Amino acid sequence: MIRYLIRRLLYALPILFGVNLLTFLLFFIVNTPDDMARMHLGTKHVSAEAIAHWKIAHGYDKPLFYQPAAHGSSKLTDTVFFDKSLRMFALDFGQSDDGRNIAREIETRAGPSLEIALPVFVLGLLTNISFALLLVLFRATYLDRFGVMLAVALMSISGLFYIIAGQYFVAKLWRLVPISGYVNGLDSWRFVVLPVAVSIVAGIGGGSRWYRSIFLEEMGKDYVRTARAKGLSEWRILFRHVLQNGLIPILTGAVVVLPLLFMGSLLTESFFGIPGLGSYIIDAIQAQDFAIVRAMVFIGSVLYIVGLSLTDIAYSWADPRVRLS
Amino acid sequence: MIRICILIIVLLLAGCKQSVWNDPYPASERDANTLYLSFVERPKHLDPAQSYSEDEIEILAQIYEPPLQYHYLKRPYTLIPATLTAMPKVIYLDATGRTLPDNARPEQIVQSVYELHVRPGIYYQPHPAFAQDKGGLPYYRGDRVREARSWNDFNHASTRELVAADYVYEIKRLASPQVNSPILGLMSGYIVGLKDYADMLEKQAQSLPEDAYLDLTRYPLAGAEVVDRYTYRIRLKGKYPQFMYWLAMPFFAPIAPEVDAFYHQPGMTERNFTLDWHPVGTGAYQLSVNDPNRQIRLIRNPWFHGEKYPNSGEPGDRAAGLLKDAGKPLPFIDTIVFNLEKETIPYWNKFLQGYYDLAAVNAESFDQAIRIDAKGHAQLSDAMRAQGMSLVSAVMPTISFVGFNMLDNVVGGYSERARDLRQAISIAVDYEEFIAIFQNGGGIPAQGPIPPGIFGYESGVAGMNPVVYRQINGKIKRRPIGDARRLLAEAGYPNGRDARTGAPLVLYYDNTFTGPNAKAYVDWMVNQFAKLNIQLVPRSTDYNRFQDKIRRGNAQIFVAGWNADYPDPENFLGLLYGPNSQVKNGGENQVNYKNARYDALYDQMKYLDNTPQRQMLINQMVDIARQDAPWMFGYFPRSFGLRQQWVSPGKLNVIANNTFKYRKLDPKLREQLRARWNRPVIWPMLALLGIAAIVLAAVAYAARRRDRKTAK
Repeated sequence: MIRYLIRRLLYALPILFGVNLLTFLLFFIVNTPDDMARMHLGTKHVSAEAIAHWKIAHGYDKPLFYQPAAHGSSKLTDTVFFDKSLRMFALDFGQSDDGRNIAREIETRAGPSLEIALPVFVLGLLTNISFALLLVLFRATYLDRFGVMLAVALMSISGLFYIIAGQYFVAKLWRLVPISGYVNGLDSWRFVVLPVAVSIVAGIGGGSRWYRSIFLEEMGKDYVRTARAKGLSEWRILFRHVLQNGLIPILTGAVVVLPLLFMGSLLTESFFGIPGLGSYIIDAIQAQDFAIVRAMVFIGSVLYIVGLSLTDIAYSWADPRVRLS
Repeated sequence: MIRICILIIVLLLAGCKQSVWNDPYPASERDANTLYLSFVERPKHLDPAQSYSEDEIEILAQIYEPPLQYHYLKRPYTLIPATLTAMPKVIYLDATGRTLPDNARPEQIVQSVYELHVRPGIYYQPHPAFAQDKGGLPYYRGDRVREARSWNDFNHASTRELVAADYVYEIKRLASPQVNSPILGLMSGYIVGLKDYADMLEKQAQSLPEDAYLDLTRYPLAGAEVVDRYTYRIRLKGKYPQFMYWLAMPFFAPIAPEVDAFYHQPGMTERNFTLDWHPVGTGAYQLSVNDPNRQIRLIRNPWFHGEKYPNSGEPGDRAAGLLKDAGKPLPFIDTIVFNLEKETIPYWNKFLQGYYDLAAVNAESFDQAIRIDAKGHAQLSDAMRAQGMSLVSAVMPTISFVGFNMLDNVVGGYSERARDLRQAISIAVDYEEFIAIFQNGGGIPAQGPIPPGIFGYESGVAGMNPVVYRQINGKIKRRPIGDARRLLAEAGYPNGRDARTGAPLVLYYDNTFTGPNAKAYVDWMVNQFAKLNIQLVPRSTDYNRFQDKIRRGNAQIFVAGWNADYPDPENFLGLLYGPNSQVKNGGENQVNYKNARYDALYDQMKYLDNTPQRQMLINQMVDIARQDAPWMFGYFPRSFGLRQQWVSPGKLNVIANNTFKYRKLDPKLREQLRARWNRPVIWPMLALLGIAAIVLAAVAYAARRRDRKTAK
């Protein structure tokens, strides 16, 4: 297992390098350091000197990839790419282009993001699995058909609709919770309960259909027939045996997203005024803040790799036939 | 399960007794004298030397005090001392250093010397940088700084008196490579020695470690000097009367050197302890919470210097009740809270629920808030009137226009043919229609470059652009499309085709429109050109590419705009001044217009006071610009805002930003109305829970029944 994990870690390095390179390329195809300087200095009265000063102050005064004036390895190392990338692998994200410490920002914003993402993940998983099991319990009946139709309808509706409808009915018409906002501490539940509920409802359609198909596949297997022959109730077969055997594909979908929960949700956070990480990267793209974009993409890649590794470990835990080597 | 349901119902019913459930603010704030506002985008900078954005200045202007400010009530906008004993005294010097009379010709003036006297007894807001230990040394240094994890760990704060050196220090900061002020380039052209000073500081900074404190007090600047504890002088090259307006902007607000030194201690930047994040000034409010991801909170400055509400204003102000508080000490409100609201729907709904005190009316909320009466005037909707709200609206000191690149081979140049083409297009593009469709009637068609409220603007027939409009029965009407077609034919494009080749006239329209209305904007403009059979090809692009094209002179026809820096016509007329050409000199003249007579008149006009002579020169300049038509003058947008009934009616001031100190509110009335407007409605939730319980019971019953059913 440890050898497997070390190998995964070594594989991760070139992947992270590639992601970093790709982010760098894509960002600088669209923006130049001059554009970034103008964005930060404003649109009025900006002189060429001011732009040059900004670039020097933020380390964008060098060539992007190749420094012809340098000697030896400095031709590659005395560049924006090298300067900005190397520290990342030591998890030193530095400062954003407006001078704020990125690690500190991430630390501050991760909490509110998790306050929404974790309950949505756990409760959403439970709701979706329960709903899927109920559909399977009543498979090939009108109830099942109606449930599938409902799930398809729920899937077809835009996430934004759920948010606006939730805010309209629960917060505006019924006035049960604040429409948007956030406070630190225990009182934050008043602000996260609606986004959590909305996110769970928005995910029921897709989630329950996916789990339903997994459970239906399991229902056709021999062990289910044996269980029925033993006289077990349908309820017990489903919630005890089918659920346990259907765990592997569920784990595939669930564990891989677990680390990514840190990244938050853009739309939900934006509409409900939750100061999480979801909107951080989008704000950074709009502000052309490469330092934040690069850091967030890097963290996203690391978390994705961690998620995949955790999935593999979870496989071996859920299914003794799987061995990591 | 049943017990849990009963518990939930009991809790919900118990909660009914609490009047309001949806209050986003803590219960402790319910009766507080707090003004609730919002912001859309987190501020990038709260350092007065760096900030140059309208969103930021709304916060900064409450914290910092430049030497001058605008009178709250007087119109036209009038500068008055903010922290000075009197308005600055300006002395003009010739090449030999001799003092010249005030009416000396501008070309004689080699230097203008501004002498400013700071009022004694003004103190800074409490700040840890001013705290001292028993030995008189800064309290926060070494371990005390290293140990501070959050801003609240700096629990020792003190103050000190404002002195002239603080103003000089800030002027020096404009040149600091550690600050990157956006106005360094502009001010280097005016403040004596600023350019050389910036170069010298650059060299000094290179010899220091990154983020080390560059002590500007050690390096004198020729253009800004301390005369005594309360007096300082600024020396400008030549004559630049508009500099007075700059002295009312945060760029010239005081910064205490010890505050700058405090923030440059090791480890401060890594923890986001920067002047950019935790500003300190002498203004009416101090920053108490800066969480730009959520909330910015300003509280009353306990050391504010006792400024009083003005005793005089315009005629009519007394009748409007605007002088009721004359002579009372400012500010009236204890706390101002800005909440981040990125989306308009929750923002608007929270305003309707009473959780914001003032709100801007945007496109999404316009139909709910405002109705247009038969005369085309904006009125408050019945629903808003029922809630006791008031409508506030004003034409902004802003122009939105379409520019013709004067370097372009087709639409540019100064030939009769090119001029006719531009004039024809200016007539064809119907801005009255644009305002009605896209601005909900909020705006007025521009007759020239100067917006209303700024000296030089003339309203009515006197200010009409005769190239595009004509007077019919005392009313201003756009010229008929036939006039435009005739001009187009004279330009060599009869019916939109080149008279020589017969090829259709194809023009290119650069813009940065985004969002749901982008296509509608572009389609509308294409249709306006189609009236003349001109094929308009829209080129929608991102902001960077667009700016790049303008800088290089590669755009042909493009959308543009300008918001006043200060209320002087020079700020707008300079946008057509030849030496400000963007392509040639990187200036703000984006259309690269150059007319020798216009430039000569500008050179005279910019030095004059607001006299009839200046008005005459402005009229001549505007006439030249109308005839040459380098811009389609577009429109001056009108902003609409709503005020809740518990906020006192203030006077709208679209130039000054430090006006929250004049506002008042009635928190008790607000609390009563919020409670009335926000009674929770719990029956739908109980019904939903009931339905869910019934469905679950039915499902359980069906499952049980199925299990017990005999196999067939």
